[in-house]
Amino acid sequence: MATVVQRPKLSLLERSYFPAVLGGLWITIKHFFKMMAGRTHVTMQYPEQKWDSAMPEWYRGAPTLVRDEHGRERCVACQLCEFICPPRAITIKPGELEADSKWAKVEKFPEKFDIDMIRCIYCGLCEEVCPEQAIFLRKDYSITGLTRAEMVHDKEKLYELGGVMNGLVHKWNEKK
Amino acid sequence: MPSLDLFFQPEIFLAWTSALKTVVIMGIVLTMVAYSVWAERKVSAFIQDRIGPNRVGWAGLIQPIADGVKLLLKENFVPAGVNKFFFSIAPSLAMVPAILVLAVLPFGSTLFGVPMVIANLDIGVLWVFAVSSLGVYGIVLAGWASNSKYPFLGGIRSSSQMISYELALGLSVIPVFMITGTLNLGEIVQYQVDNGWMVFPAWFSQGAGPLEITTDSGAMFGLSLEKTLLWIPMMISFVVFMIAMFAETNRVPFDLPEAEQELVGGYHTEYSSMRFALFFLGEYAAMIAGAGVIVTLFLGGWSLPFVPDGSQGWFWGLVNIGTFFAKVAAIIFFFLWVRWTLPRFRFDQLMKLGWYVFFEVALVNIFITAGILAYLKS
Repeated sequence: MATVVQRPKLSLLERSYFPAVLGGLWITIKHFFKMMAGRTHVTMQYPEQKWDSAMPEWYRGAPTLVRDEHGRERCVACQLCEFICPPRAITIKPGELEADSKWAKVEKFPEKFDIDMIRCIYCGLCEEVCPEQAIFLRKDYSITGLTRAEMVHDKEKLYELGGVMNGLVHKWNEKK
Repeated sequence: MPSLDLFFQPEIFLAWTSALKTVVIMGIVLTMVAYSVWAERKVSAFIQDRIGPNRVGWAGLIQPIADGVKLLLKENFVPAGVNKFFFSIAPSLAMVPAILVLAVLPFGSTLFGVPMVIANLDIGVLWVFAVSSLGVYGIVLAGWASNSKYPFLGGIRSSSQMISYELALGLSVIPVFMITGTLNLGEIVQYQVDNGWMVFPAWFSQGAGPLEITTDSGAMFGLSLEKTLLWIPMMISFVVFMIAMFAETNRVPFDLPEAEQELVGGYHTEYSSMRFALFFLGEYAAMIAGAGVIVTLFLGGWSLPFVPDGSQGWFWGLVNIGTFFAKVAAIIFFFLWVRWTLPRFRFDQLMKLGWYVFFEVALVNIFITAGILAYLKS
């Protein structure tokens, strides 16, 4: 069924545009002078003021690799994150731990661990799938670079961003 | 000293003072152009509860220079398939008429006895209309030479917009000439000095009204029957002229040739670098020239009530020049204020306004003025 939209009947004054124009000018000049008087609440001035203090605990920033309080690199190069990563941003080259190493029973470690931050979509699946609590999405959100190569975070950069995380499960502890 | 006498021979004196005035006015106006771009960004920001440019210099005051350097350094790209000659001449055609208008505007009374107008033409107003309507050629040629659909639409809109407002623009000022009896812009300002501004004729330096108040300087304040009656057509003229000037300078709500939301920037879509900058500067220079014409015709030009002119000393001459540019700045602020308030008119609404409303209002206004003048004479 067709709907007939009833157009409002405008008076001559309304059709002359003047009341609407003057009303609009009044509104904008009020905003102008409010701003001049500094009474307007403006948005955050980004590079000087940052979100950091207001950031929630569960914020998903850049993915990072972490060490535990024993200084052990927690990644065991199982490559689960590499397989689950939807945009295929993660590249891992596994290596074998030396037999005389303290953590020899872990067997594997990542020789190369690259995350292409141009591809990363910050979904957090890598963190969720990791059986070793080795990869975490931390709060770094301003990942920039001048070249594509610079945007690929290698192992060194990932540990630098991740740092040490305490209170994780220690299933490889030799005392166990 | 014989060498100095040479400078004060009438022709040579005229030549070097005119050259000096031209250079100074160009300097002032181009600076104003740069800073009206800054003001546009700042005013729009404030109206929209933002801060606006605040990185380059205090409150972003060096921003215009940064913008200029950026535009200079960018690649001057010429797309394939354009008409190269018209493509490169169009930006200048948009800029030059706006600046030529400044030649006849009296921007001050006198300074050291030199009249503060570059060319004191007896047909000053005709010159203004003749030259400023040439500005549309720049836009039409840019639209046509770009060989692209959006600039083309912009150019067409510009030309059809022009024929719908130019009539109202021309007719709305005729009452001013009927009252002042001259086309010379300097004499129109002098009339307003003697008889009060066109939009606020509340003081006299000669003649008398029933409500007059005489001050120490001999100037008088008050309204006579004659002034009050002529005030009505003057206000109509002022409003119509102001609105037509918005259309003439392609400002919102009549910025149809540009219409960035519909036409991707309209006539300057294909332009980059300095050629784009010339369009941009031309638009703002036209705005300043238009504001200058409004100030000269309706707001008393360089005059302030009870402030003497340049014949009383160079200080007052400078005050008059400052007054003129302050008034121009106020009108420009109004232009910006309107731009960030009103939405764009639809194309048919603009044509309707121009042909059905403003043309008739301006025409009837001439007869009203003539009637009042005839009544006052009898």
